[in-house]
Amino acid sequence: MEIFQFLADGFLIAFQPLNFALIVFGCTVGLFIGAMPGLGSVNGVAILLPMTFLVPPTSAIIFLGALYYGAMYGGAISSIMLGIPGASTAVATTFDGRPLALQGKADSALVAAATASFVGGTISVALFTAFAPPLAEAALAFGPPEEFALMMLAFATFIGLGGDDIPKTFFSIFIGLVFSAVGLDIVSGDPRLIFFDLPGFYHGINFLVLAIGIYGIGEMLWTIETNKGDVIISQAKISFRRIMRAIGALRHSIRTMLMGSFLGYFVGILPAAGATPGSLMAYGVAKTVSKDPDSYGKGNVDGVVAPEAANNAASTGSMLPMLTLGIPGSPTTAILLGGMVIWGLEPGPMLFVNNTEFVWGLIASLYAANLFALLINLAFIPAFLMVLRMPFTILAPVIFILCIVGGYAPTKDMHDVWLMLIFGVVGYLMRKLDYPLAPGVLAIVLGPLAESSVRQSLIMSHGSFGIFVERPISAVIMAITVVLFVLPIVKLVKRRRAEL
Amino acid sequence: MAELKLRLSRRAWLLGLATGFIASAGTMATSEDALAAWEPRKPVEFVIMAGKGGGADRLARFIQGIIEKHNYSPKPFVPVNKGGGSGAEALRYVRDKAGDPHVIMATLNSYYTTPLRNPGIDVDIAKFTPVARLAEDTFQLWVHSDTDIKTVDDYVKAVKEAGPQSWRMGGTGKGQEDSLVTGMLEKKFGIKMTYVPFKGGGTVAKQLIGKHINSTVNNPSEQAGFWDAGKSRALASFTPKGKLSGKFGNIPTFEELGYGTDMVYYMQRSIVAPPKTEPDVQAFYVGVFEKVYKSAEWQDYLQKKGLIPGWLTGKELTAYFTKEREAHRKLLKAAGEIK
Amino acid sequence: MRMAELVMAVCLAIFSAGIMWKSTELPIGWIPGEGPGGGAFSFWLGAGMLVCCIAIIIRWARRRSPPSRSTDPFMSPKALQLFLLGAGSLTVMIGSIHVVGVYIAIPLFLVFYMRIMGKHGWGVTGALAAGMPVATFFFFEIALKITLPKGYTEPAFYPLYDIFL
Repeated sequence: MEIFQFLADGFLIAFQPLNFALIVFGCTVGLFIGAMPGLGSVNGVAILLPMTFLVPPTSAIIFLGALYYGAMYGGAISSIMLGIPGASTAVATTFDGRPLALQGKADSALVAAATASFVGGTISVALFTAFAPPLAEAALAFGPPEEFALMMLAFATFIGLGGDDIPKTFFSIFIGLVFSAVGLDIVSGDPRLIFFDLPGFYHGINFLVLAIGIYGIGEMLWTIETNKGDVIISQAKISFRRIMRAIGALRHSIRTMLMGSFLGYFVGILPAAGATPGSLMAYGVAKTVSKDPDSYGKGNVDGVVAPEAANNAASTGSMLPMLTLGIPGSPTTAILLGGMVIWGLEPGPMLFVNNTEFVWGLIASLYAANLFALLINLAFIPAFLMVLRMPFTILAPVIFILCIVGGYAPTKDMHDVWLMLIFGVVGYLMRKLDYPLAPGVLAIVLGPLAESSVRQSLIMSHGSFGIFVERPISAVIMAITVVLFVLPIVKLVKRRRAEL
Repeated sequence: MAELKLRLSRRAWLLGLATGFIASAGTMATSEDALAAWEPRKPVEFVIMAGKGGGADRLARFIQGIIEKHNYSPKPFVPVNKGGGSGAEALRYVRDKAGDPHVIMATLNSYYTTPLRNPGIDVDIAKFTPVARLAEDTFQLWVHSDTDIKTVDDYVKAVKEAGPQSWRMGGTGKGQEDSLVTGMLEKKFGIKMTYVPFKGGGTVAKQLIGKHINSTVNNPSEQAGFWDAGKSRALASFTPKGKLSGKFGNIPTFEELGYGTDMVYYMQRSIVAPPKTEPDVQAFYVGVFEKVYKSAEWQDYLQKKGLIPGWLTGKELTAYFTKEREAHRKLLKAAGEIK
Repeated sequence: MRMAELVMAVCLAIFSAGIMWKSTELPIGWIPGEGPGGGAFSFWLGAGMLVCCIAIIIRWARRRSPPSRSTDPFMSPKALQLFLLGAGSLTVMIGSIHVVGVYIAIPLFLVFYMRIMGKHGWGVTGALAAGMPVATFFFFEIALKITLPKGYTEPAFYPLYDIFL
């Protein structure tokens, strides 16, 4: 097999001393950047890109690939420990990761996240190795109607995430979508919803501003009040045996892990989708097929495993259209793509032919980066758990400061810091009145893509909705979406009947 | 406990160090200012008029990379994306930074179109301080290589046969470069197409290869990968005769095909500074970008990505900007985007 | 709690109406051959939000939702005090960033929070108040090259940049 020969050569490149050192260094740096609320793989890769001029291109991409992976692992850490998703890809991890941490099981959540990330990453690199070119062709078949169908599918999978209060759940989804519309209307090119004519609204409302506001500041205010200001968040015991036991306990989650990995990978391949819809869909599917769906959101390890396996798998998946088509599948890969241009490489269909050493060195290093990210992550778990032992009156101001700096960093605009404070305070008050907030946070992520794809489709079809069912791929996805929308209702009706 | 003490004392030491520096700041600043030519004292904000990952962003980060690699500036250039409102956000930000020596901006054609389309943002680009024009990016007319369309004549025929309802031209947002070029095509050949706006040029290129749209007016850098792989075909170039060299020079221009000299459109790639920038500050930035322009990396990039070299600075650059702004005013009026 | 539920729903309803009004700056109707206009999405979403608010108010009147049945106060005096201290100190801190910059605002906030709210000793408080800005500076400004706002203290940092950048 030619592939194995290429891969073996790739491993020789990945294990050269310089490259090997870069893998370990990249994973470690990535882990810490990812663990900061507000900083994710995009920031890490963008910031460290200029440093890669010191080394040859293959080493540079290996370093950034390792950093990307490390940051994906790290994203789970702040989701679990602080309940603040560091990036949109880690939102789904908070749903069960945070409750687990509050129950004193932060160690099993962290171990589950790391292990699932490893499985997801490895499976997707294997898929990448075997089927890169044909899958790239498949990704091209996704035009605006298919993208819209996919977005509907993502919405359908998290329809069940809200509370029992239906008007409040819908309010949350709608307000998230409205916030996502702020900024620019891409179809007409006109500015839109510029409240009070503040220039800060031109760049729209960043997902991170809402997420850090609600989950960071809002959550802290909530904890201050409920704990009357001076209680330790949770006691977590650490020992090597507990970590090993937590790994052992994951054998019950193997099915979820595999499901998350495959789903994440295939969603990640599709241009523009990226890892966020993948992780949400994995969470939704895991909950739907689970024997005990009610335990989700209350601290089910599978609820951490599914999104984490999926988001790591998707991050590898999104490299595929970047390398084979020159189209980034996520903001992070967009910056990697820019890097490749700087190094003098030509991403696109010819890359696999002209730069075999680069491509296979990267693929082999991804296997290695996965393994090291897992080991480094596990090694640091005790240190992360130490954080939870700090008295709350020390932890709270430190987290507040991290939120403010993290909210400022992506756009470098104080406008966003103020907005974050408002979201935090209002979100806290709404949460006290049982408004579910997670649907709103997710809507702000998926909203722009959903709106632009539906409007592009309608322009293509001159206003006819038929375009969504005439095209085969879009029709199939739409059919699955309808089933997913109907399924919870059927279940509900059945349960009501059984109760009567 | 001992370890804790040690850590505390190290922190205290660092703090002492920091306060020491701050205290001595005043004296150091004055003595240095008097001596040499102006140099930045802190990281320079390199504002980009577009979002992360797009063509303009990639180019700006490429330039930042060259500066960093060769140490052209004593303090780093830090890219800041302010792409909101087609660059309205960046324009307003830089306007409000009048006189600030640590801010510069990488521009593209929305530098003209955005203030014209949104008079509300109250930005007059003639007041900005010119730094340098680094290149002019070009446009070509592209179709998928599976089609029988080989020439511009074939193209016009195909569009007419398909009719305006089913011929889809992909491009970036309305009122931006791609839609203006499309407008030029429609006017010249008396054709009508359905214009589908996408987020960026890269997405547009991919939609063409996926056959979701029928034609595009991409920049060479956006289509080059597919072109090399034989997936797309360039029909004509929106450049004057003989300006493009390298492989893109082999694409016929509209002028060479006998459609007159008016089918020309460029995307400018320039750097500007805020209004009221001091001359010595301006001189520093001009110097930095002159080095960038002359670097092997930049010249190689121009060649490979089908850009036309064109160094321009000072008053000539301002004159160029005002001339182009008037040209865009006409184009926008013709497209019905402004009155 | 019951009162708060109503007040919140009414406020959100006003906000929804505001969004609908703001959306009309762009076309909200159906543009033939093109689909919905630029303001249509936010307009109809705003309308949806308004409907939700009305539903919440109806449920409030019928005492359907748990908060509308609850007789607990929305916030106990103690909770209100803690909330105001937390949110208020944050507001003051963010406001002060504009004037004195993060490197003064952070230590002041830490001192306030740890001394007054946490009643920690001066040793821990001082260590953190001094260590946090230093760590922030080296992590964000030097390692990641993210410049943070410094207000009027900015010139004091030039020598630090000269040394570390």
